[in-house]
Order: sequence, then structure tokens, then C-alpha cells
Amino acid sequence: MLRREGEIRIPSGCAIAGIINRQGERFDGSAIIASIANMHQRSNGLGGGFAAYGIYQEYKDYFALHIYYDDETARQLTENYLNQNFRIVVNEMLPLRPLRRIVDAPLIWRYFVTPREEKLMVSHLSEDDFIFKAVMWINDCVRGAFVASSGKNMGAFKGVGYPEDIGEFFRLEEYHAYLWTAHGRFPTNTPGWWGGAHPFTLLNWSVVHNGEISSYSTNRRFLEMYGYRCSLQTDTEVIAYTFDFLMRKQQLTLEETLDVIAAPFWTTIQKEAQARLRRQYGALLLNGPFSIIVATDHGLVAVNDRIKLRPLVAATRGSYLYVASEESAIRVVAPVVEKVWTPGGGEPVVGLLKDKEGLIAMPDQQSRSA
Amino acid sequence: MTMKMLTPAFAVQRDTERCIGCGVCINQCINEVHHMDEDGWMWVDEDRCVGCQRCGVLCPTHALSITEFPMQFRGNQYWSPSHIREIYAQAQTGGVLLTGMGNPRRYRCYFDHLLLNASQVTNPSIDPLREPMELTTYLGNKDVEVPDREKPQLKLKVPVMFAAMSYGAVSLNVQNSLAMAAREAGTMWNTGEGGLHADLREFAPHTIVQVASGRFGVNPDYLGAAAAVEIKIGQGAKPGIGGHLPGEKVTPDVARTRMIPTWSDAISPAPHHDIYSIEDLAQLVETLKVATRYTKPISVKVAAVHNIAAIASGIVRAGADIVVIDGFRGATGAAPLRIRDNTGIPIEVALAQVHQRLLDEGIRQRASLVASGGIRSSADVIKAIILGADAVYIGTAALIALGCHMCQCCFTGRCNWGIATTDARLSKRLNPRLGAEMAANLLQAWAHEIKEMMGGMGINSVDSLRGNRLMLRGVGLERHELELLGVLAAGE
Repeated sequence: MLRREGEIRIPSGCAIAGIINRQGERFDGSAIIASIANMHQRSNGLGGGFAAYGIYQEYKDYFALHIYYDDETARQLTENYLNQNFRIVVNEMLPLRPLRRIVDAPLIWRYFVTPREEKLMVSHLSEDDFIFKAVMWINDCVRGAFVASSGKNMGAFKGVGYPEDIGEFFRLEEYHAYLWTAHGRFPTNTPGWWGGAHPFTLLNWSVVHNGEISSYSTNRRFLEMYGYRCSLQTDTEVIAYTFDFLMRKQQLTLEETLDVIAAPFWTTIQKEAQARLRRQYGALLLNGPFSIIVATDHGLVAVNDRIKLRPLVAATRGSYLYVASEESAIRVVAPVVEKVWTPGGGEPVVGLLKDKEGLIAMPDQQSRSA
Repeated sequence: MTMKMLTPAFAVQRDTERCIGCGVCINQCINEVHHMDEDGWMWVDEDRCVGCQRCGVLCPTHALSITEFPMQFRGNQYWSPSHIREIYAQAQTGGVLLTGMGNPRRYRCYFDHLLLNASQVTNPSIDPLREPMELTTYLGNKDVEVPDREKPQLKLKVPVMFAAMSYGAVSLNVQNSLAMAAREAGTMWNTGEGGLHADLREFAPHTIVQVASGRFGVNPDYLGAAAAVEIKIGQGAKPGIGGHLPGEKVTPDVARTRMIPTWSDAISPAPHHDIYSIEDLAQLVETLKVATRYTKPISVKVAAVHNIAAIASGIVRAGADIVVIDGFRGATGAAPLRIRDNTGIPIEVALAQVHQRLLDEGIRQRASLVASGGIRSSADVIKAIILGADAVYIGTAALIALGCHMCQCCFTGRCNWGIATTDARLSKRLNPRLGAEMAANLLQAWAHEIKEMMGGMGINSVDSLRGNRLMLRGVGLERHELELLGVLAAGE
């Protein structure tokens, strides 16, 4: 019998795309669907998904949980746990559009929650860490339940199918976000599991990823040392946790984080601080071929592995920044752009909201290229 | 009174048509196997032969061949020839059997049951000739408690170091060869417990000095002339046993280096007499840190024994920056044979367990792990790293590079290859410049091979290999062995 993803590790190839309006103006999901759909042949119908930021203005102070259930038992177990620990202001099924091409969908629920004061107090945790622990617990301990996203004013919409069908299934044209990322998946061997599709998220982090992380087992063991439970056994999960660990828990800047995950080679390292980071977090170097788009509520960063073994193209038009596996996926939604370029290995493309630019040190592009 | 019960272990055969009577064999054999009589006839005394092959290799006409003596004991699946031989020897002498080098017995070698991964289709392999491939490794505590205040780190350009072999156990030329090779290759050599000879001080940035239970040669200058300090608690060849350098090897030069009287036995007690428990170790670690002004990593070397995971955890919590685990195949200049052949556990299992335990306890960042004991090739190195090592030590492999032929008679001091001896005439047989070149060549060759294997796996930094157990699969192993090693079976 084929084992479910999460029990085994499955390598996959992919398409990725991302669009941000840096003024924070929100736009519906049709553009990102068109972009990812144009790379149809890069996926094989066994996974597609989207992350959207700015979609829940009305509940922006609550954590939005998108949870997938295999059955009612899993839902009851999870909701008991949620009720004990959170104040739930909205508890509803996610609005869906049934499609013939989308089959075997799990039960998909959406909750807007906030930690119960008294529980938060006795836990001695920050709000984020409280959510972090809850997500880890549900994914790890409730059989048949999976948290697809857990951030504020954002959500992940993903499943088994071609990405354009998944977009239609989730009615993404009804959502308005200032930042969208998308993923089309080409797993090499999987019965297809909804939780295994991208984006992978944790709190406000989301990751879409094309490639294979050859350092997976090293990265995973390191992260597990700090309480991360890698329940999915996917490379993408490890990337999301790596960003969460370095930026949220270790308080590294974006530039420093990139110096860890796509570290400059020893022979090209210029600053002692970079060498120090490499020594300290060598186990979090992401090795193997990848292009990723990591997003938060502040914006996105797209980056390749340090010897560029996977495609990545970027373009700008006005306050829009586009990134994608192929230029065609950008041109289909923005035929005329001001600038289009192919970033080098380990050279990040950063697109932050205009008002968030001061928050994160911008990477110095020169010093990073190997 | 005893009686003769044994044939020689080796047969020395001379092709008289090839032999030109040049006398090289006579000259080369310190054991006096060969001699020429007044009439020019060549004779052999095979009882004295240890099978080191020096005469056969150097014979200009290849007239000599050394083989195991053809006469065999009557076949017996239970009483092996070595059991019988050893009983005869003990019946003759009444003594503890001594031996040298590592455990040669047929225990399962896990390295030989582990296979590496390679990239196919889903990710590209990387060609080390076209792309950078990084072996640079730093050893030390990586836990940064105060921002920007990194603990001292030891830089290795290749994650292979030369293991501790003391002056006295090996010749000064051996140490000199390894020190030069370490400098050339950008790695470390280790003084062992016999102090640091004045001639080798210039290699300080590539030297690890040892502090063992005998405290030979330990003083502030000694600690100062090193890149790191290693506390030797035990070694894989003889866990629980101290050391004994016989007085006849303690030449004036050795005595000066060890700071002991000439021609006196140098005894290393089995335990450090100031370390009877883990909290005592913590004090010595701290003492050495203070003595070196917190500028050098402090390493602690222990033999792989049954409870190694808990022991290693204790060592890390005692403040060690580097933990060296020496497996039961680890070699030595001299050890009681029964101890060498029956004590300790395999390095592969020990390493896998220690690495995982330190991760589970959340303290893996606080120390680097060095695997030692029976590393035979670059494949063993890469497998050790995947099982969790930051780097490895090689001792036997380094000595083989210098000419050792594994006769296991290091403890006699009569090493025809000029390695395990302090005899001036024998030591001269190893030219340190040639020795350094050969040892450095070995490291270079292994580095190339490691890069090839890494490239095949699609990995371009050794950082991403450490503990990356998905890169290994086991063949012919039981389920519980796979679990202990933390690897899947081939096909899974």
C-alpha cells in the first residue's frame, strides 16, 4: 500500500509565482491564477496552492486558522482542543466551488481565534509561540487534522489538482490581497495529499518552493532540537521553519537569514559577521536545487540556491513586483514591464511593502553573488 | 622450563636464483631474521619474523616472499588458530598478551553495510570540477550566548585530522611528517600524551596538544603552543586501561619532552587521579580554559563504550567544546590483547547514538563531534559525517601512508619501517619530508573523493552532510541495527 505523504518523503519538481503590490493595494486572485496557469506543464495535477495576504481585513487582529480534516472525529478532537485554548469568534466551512476535476477534498474549516487570556498567561509564551505550539500539537497529535495556515490577515488555499483548478475551487477571485504567491506541483510519487501541497505556512510565514533540499535531514534534525515537529517530511516545511527560527526566534535580519540559508562560499565571504553566522548555523544551509518564494505580511523574498540549479525570473511594473519560475508567467499578466531580470545563485529578490522597508535591512546584492 | 609447541607464524622464502647476496635484508631486519654465514650462504630464522615485509619490499631483485606459514592446525570451528597460539604463548610466559594497532577480529563493520545516495533526475548532481565544493569545517562550541561573542573555533580545510600518537610511541620523524602534512592540508595533528618536542613548536596553529592521565610534558608553554587542547580520558583500543611506555623507549630526547627521567617507564594511570567523576572533568575543562585564556577549544576524548550517549552528553554539559569518540577499532602502540579485542562498541553505532542524544537534549550546538577509530577510507569519512561527526581522526591510515605494514608489533619498539620506535637507526628510515608529502597526498586524495561523492548526492557543503541520514541506506542489517544507526534499509 502506498503510504501517505507525511509518512514518507517525496521529492518533487514545480512551478512558483508571486505578485506583490508594494503600495499595499489589494487585487483579486485572477492574476496569480493566470500566472501560475501559464506554467501548466510544470506541474502534474498532484498539487497546487496559493497564499494570500491582506484578505481578512475584518478579522485582521485574529489568527486565521485554515484546517483540513480527514473526518468528523478529527474535527471534534481539534475543536475541543481549540475551545480549551482559544476564543473562537468565527467557526465556519470555507466557501468552495465544487469542480469535477477536484476530488477527494477533505473537510476544510476556517476559524478566527485569539488565545484565551488565562491559558496564554500560564503558558509563559508569547502569542506567536502559543499559536506555534498549537499548530505543532494539532499536526503532530491529531490524526487526520492538518493546519494549512495560521497567520493573521492571511490564508493558504491548497490541495490536490492543477493550481488553476485549485484557485477556482477556493473561489480566489472573491478574495483581495496585496500579496499572492502560487505553486504548481510535480511530485514524483505520491497518492496526493492535500496537506502536502504548497504553500507551506506557519504563523505569517508562507513558502512556495521548487526543488529538492538535499540537506533536508540535516536541517530537520537541527530544527527538531528547537521544538519544531516536521510532520510532513517535505522540504518546504523545513524552509518555513528555518525562516521562523532564524527571523522570529533568533531575531536575525532578512539579510542575515539569507546569509545562512544560501550562505556565500567560504572563498567569497567578505565580512567576519557572515563567517560567524555560517559557523553558527551551518546546519541550516539549504543545499540542493531550489527556488523559493517566502512571504510574510511585510512582503516577499525570492531566492535561489547558491549555484542556481532552478529557474527564477523577476520583473517590476509600477508598484508591482513579479517573480516566477518562467518569464512567460509574468508576461501573461504584465505584458509590458519596466525591468525584468534573472537573479543569480543565492541573490535575493526582495519586495517589501513601502511602509515596511525600514523594518528589514535590505540585502547588499553585490556581496552575495558567489 | 617450557617446550616448543609452535611453528613460526611466517614462512620466509628466498628464490636463490634471484638473490644476489647484497645483504639489504640483513641490514633492514631489526629482528635479525636474515643472516649470511662465512661461506656466503643466506640463512633465515623464521621464528623471529613478524611479517612486516620490510625485507621483501626492499629486496632489489624481489627474491624474498613472506607468507603465512603453510602448516595449519587441524581444522576446528571453535578453537581457532589464534586461540591455540595465544594459549601456547601464555603457557610459555605466564604473562598478559600484548599487541599493537587496532582490533582485527571479525565483528560486524557497519561502514561496510551502509551505502550512499546519489542524485537522479529529481535533482542534479554537482560536478566538483565545475562548481565549488566546500569541505571547510569549524570545530568548537557554536552556541553564541552573548551576541557577536563567538567561542573559539578550530578551522579545518578538510574534515580529517591526524589522531593522537605520542612521541615515544612513534618516532619524532612520524610526528614531524604529520605536522608538516597537517600544515600543508590545513588540518590538525595531535601530539598524543607524550608532550611536544621543541622542534615541532612552529606547527602550533596546526597542533592539538593532549593532557592525559600521566600529564607528560604539560606546562603553560605546551598549552600555549597549540590550537586546541585535548583531555584524553580513554581510547578505543584499550578503554579503561592506562598507558605504559617501556623504559627502553625513553631516550634522553623522549625524556626531555615528557619531563621524566631518562630510561624510566612512563606510566599513564588508567583514570586521571583528579577525575573520578563528571564534575571533576568539568573542573579540568574549566582549568584548561582559564589557562589558555578562553582562546582555544577544549576537547575531550573518550572510548566508545556501552553507555556512550549519556557519557557524551555529560561531557558536553561539563563544558567540552569538542567531543572525540574513539571506536573499538581504534589503534594503539601497545594494549593488552584481550582488552583490545573484546572491549568497547563500534564507532558507527556510538556516533549515531551520541549525535541523536545531543540533538534530543538540545545541546548539539554546544560541541563538535569527532569520530575516531578504524577510519579506513574517504567512504568511511563521509559515512561518519552523515552519521553525525563534524570531523574524523585518522591514525592507522596515516601510518600506513608513511609505510606501516600492520604487523601489529608496535609495542616492541623494533619497527622496521621506522614508525613505532625511538631507535635512532630505525627512525632515520622515515624521511619527514617524504612522509609529509605522502600523508598530505592521502588527505588530498580523500578530499577529492569526498567532493566527488558529495557532488553525486547534490550537496556542495559538508555542513549539509552532517547528520543527513537520508543519504545512507543499510544493507544486510537487522531492523534494530537500522534503528540504532537511524537509517532506512536499502529500497525503503
